[in-house]
Amino acid sequence: MREATAMSAVPLLAIRDLNGWYDESHVLHGISFDVRPGEVVTLLGRNGAGKTTTLRAIMGILAKRTGSVQFEGSELIGQQPRAIARRGIAFCPEERGIFSSLSVDENLMLPPEVKPGGLSREAVLEMFPNLRERLGSQGTKLSGGEQQMLAIGRILRTGAKFLLLDEPTEGLAPVIVQQIGRTLIQLKNQGFTIVLVEQNFRFAASVADRHYVVEQGRVIDTIPNADLDANIDKLHAYLGV
Amino acid sequence: MFELLGIPPQALFGQLLLGLINGSFYALLSLGLAVIFGLLNIINFSHGAQYMMGAFVAWMLMTYAGINYWWALLIVPIVVGATGVVIERVMIARLYHLDHLYGLLLTFGLALIIQGLFRNQYGVSGLPYSIPTELSGGTNLGFMFLPNYRAWVVVASAVVCFGTWFAIEKTKLGAYLRAATENPVLVGAFGINVPRMITLTYGFGVALAALAGVLAAPIYSVNPNMGADLIIVVFAVVVIGGMGSILGAILTGFGLGIVEGLTRVFYPEASSVVIFVIMALVLLVKPAGLFGRTA
Repeated sequence: MREATAMSAVPLLAIRDLNGWYDESHVLHGISFDVRPGEVVTLLGRNGAGKTTTLRAIMGILAKRTGSVQFEGSELIGQQPRAIARRGIAFCPEERGIFSSLSVDENLMLPPEVKPGGLSREAVLEMFPNLRERLGSQGTKLSGGEQQMLAIGRILRTGAKFLLLDEPTEGLAPVIVQQIGRTLIQLKNQGFTIVLVEQNFRFAASVADRHYVVEQGRVIDTIPNADLDANIDKLHAYLGV
Repeated sequence: MFELLGIPPQALFGQLLLGLINGSFYALLSLGLAVIFGLLNIINFSHGAQYMMGAFVAWMLMTYAGINYWWALLIVPIVVGATGVVIERVMIARLYHLDHLYGLLLTFGLALIIQGLFRNQYGVSGLPYSIPTELSGGTNLGFMFLPNYRAWVVVASAVVCFGTWFAIEKTKLGAYLRAATENPVLVGAFGINVPRMITLTYGFGVALAALAGVLAAPIYSVNPNMGADLIIVVFAVVVIGGMGSILGAILTGFGLGIVEGLTRVFYPEASSVVIFVIMALVLLVKPAGLFGRTA
């Protein structure tokens, strides 16, 4: 028991002074935060604050980056996205990245297994029953909500236990948002660790352990989910709502 | 009916067959171009030179090593495809961060160099490559005489084209290829080695050109300009079919070969320009090509 507590205190992902650039434009100005095993944390902030860029920098898609991103104790800066994926990190982009030239089933089966213990195709279809009837359809013929389920479902197959989800609820109907929220809680209970970028902090509050507020490429505040109510005014000011 | 049109059936079927043969080469070559363009976004201007290399390597194997046509069908695509792999790794891969025009210029320059080297060594008069004995002779179909080798070329080309289409559209490997064509960054973020896929795809496209070269060696004379003559038409075929469309490249290749053959029967004066006229019309009406995906 004590050992388990000690283990979980060690961050799974530790980001220190992460700087990132798109070409010459300096977007991340020293991001630092931790994610512990089994946690769901969110990055909250206004548009253009650097939340998506942070995910892309972790994944290595943002090539020009400095500082330190340690995952399970090893440094990810300088590694290619494909090597980072092979460590068990999976990324679901904001635009969902469903391939139009692939069927739903091909989209689902596309990401290769990177670690043992991923969900089976059947388990994903049980989690998202809507997909089952649409397996033969063209990937982009699905509704927005179904595309989001497919985008999440396919990375659950890979065995990656560390998920980077970029605005999974954007533009979706409330009933779908609730379904995705239930799914995330289910995943958390199964031991997945999730970094969630969100604009919708009500949704974030329903699933997360902790919130990092990002502004101008820095983490300017940390709010445990339990203290969210006490900090609601502050959060409104941060997000400008 | 033929008599009404004043055209003997022998001539009609003869030209149809010739059109189908040319169409086989158009299809194989434009298929290679389409595969390469899909993933690399580069118009491979050295495709004609690589087709010519295919014919020459087959000739060299026969002349210097006594290796026959059937082995050449296997060895030549591997050898010439391997030169493609080297070219992609050493040169083309350095240009991906630049405008696509640079890839076009590089491959165009390479084509000129390859053709020049072969011209310097072998001249332009053309070298003979005989039809394998198993396929010599022909079959009388009643309405026309069908040379066996030509029938083989059409069948072999159709089988290779269909096999390639199947591999790309219906297999797991093909799904990776299609996905990487759409969004290489995300496919890389799934843990797939996209640069290696790009290299192998280029090698495969070049191997298809080389295979067409081997098939062509016994029909056309093996000479350094054989690719340059053909490739202009093939580019027109690719434009008509739609850049990057696999099925479009195949169907347009065979179809335009036949159209060209028919034109030679009914209005021979137009036979060498008919494909370009069709290209102009298609570009006016459907700029993305008959099978092209509009972005």
